[in-house]
Amino acid sequence: MVIIPMDGNDKSQKIASILSTKTVGIAGAGGLGSNVAVSLARSGINHLVIVDFDLVEESNLNRQYYFLSQIGKEKVKALQDNIKQINPHTSCSIINKKLTKGSMWKPFTHVDVVVEALDSAETKTQFIEEIMHHLPNTPIVAASGVAGIGNSDRIVTKQIGNLHMVYDEHAFSSDDDVLLAPKVCLMANWQANIVLELLVGDTL
Amino acid sequence: MNITVNNKTVTYVENETMKDLLKRLKFTFPLVIVKIDGNHIPRDKYSDVKVPENADIQVIHMISGG
Repeated sequence: MVIIPMDGNDKSQKIASILSTKTVGIAGAGGLGSNVAVSLARSGINHLVIVDFDLVEESNLNRQYYFLSQIGKEKVKALQDNIKQINPHTSCSIINKKLTKGSMWKPFTHVDVVVEALDSAETKTQFIEEIMHHLPNTPIVAASGVAGIGNSDRIVTKQIGNLHMVYDEHAFSSDDDVLLAPKVCLMANWQANIVLELLVGDTL
Repeated sequence: MNITVNNKTVTYVENETMKDLLKRLKFTFPLVIVKIDGNHIPRDKYSDVKVPENADIQVIHMISGG
């Protein structure tokens, strides 16, 4: 099924047709995850597996893809609702659960690509290592260094085997710097763009 | 004798483990992803893995925020 009205050229049709068969896992539905999910839904991804345990808070709205009316809702449910309003052909499996050490990889055994969209450095590292260990053939798209303003030109993609890291090595921790929409969404969409590249690849 | 860490030349130290190298270069926080000559080294192997001569090492620092 062609998911999204495209401009009808061959390349768009081919991309739509490839994405309409693909599943992407997203660990975390905060600043990175909610924006990655929406960007992939707009692109016509068939299915998303989204895992988060949090509720939408007012302080999230400076960067996360939620609305004032959704404060207090489970993030995964709110995100599923938002995606339905953008592209009803993107289905979501939502898991309202905290990923715990040792089993973080388990929800993602059947996805084509997994996106690391977690918060703390510790959790990010643990998640990446679990995916690399348990699902060595699944590409991971991660991000490190999303806090701050400006310095967009410092962002690069680092690749280690199946790990693709959107990386600003000089960024401060979010404990010491601001999290705001421009850089967080920039890096989230950078992740989404890598996901598309991995899924569509050189099949065009 | 040298090794390369994140594209910079660093002096090679015989029998140095990955853990010692990270300490020497002041990557003191353990939240890094490491590869030696393209191979990922899990964190629990840092004390076991010896850094070989001429190794090309990439260290990615995981920074909080998401």
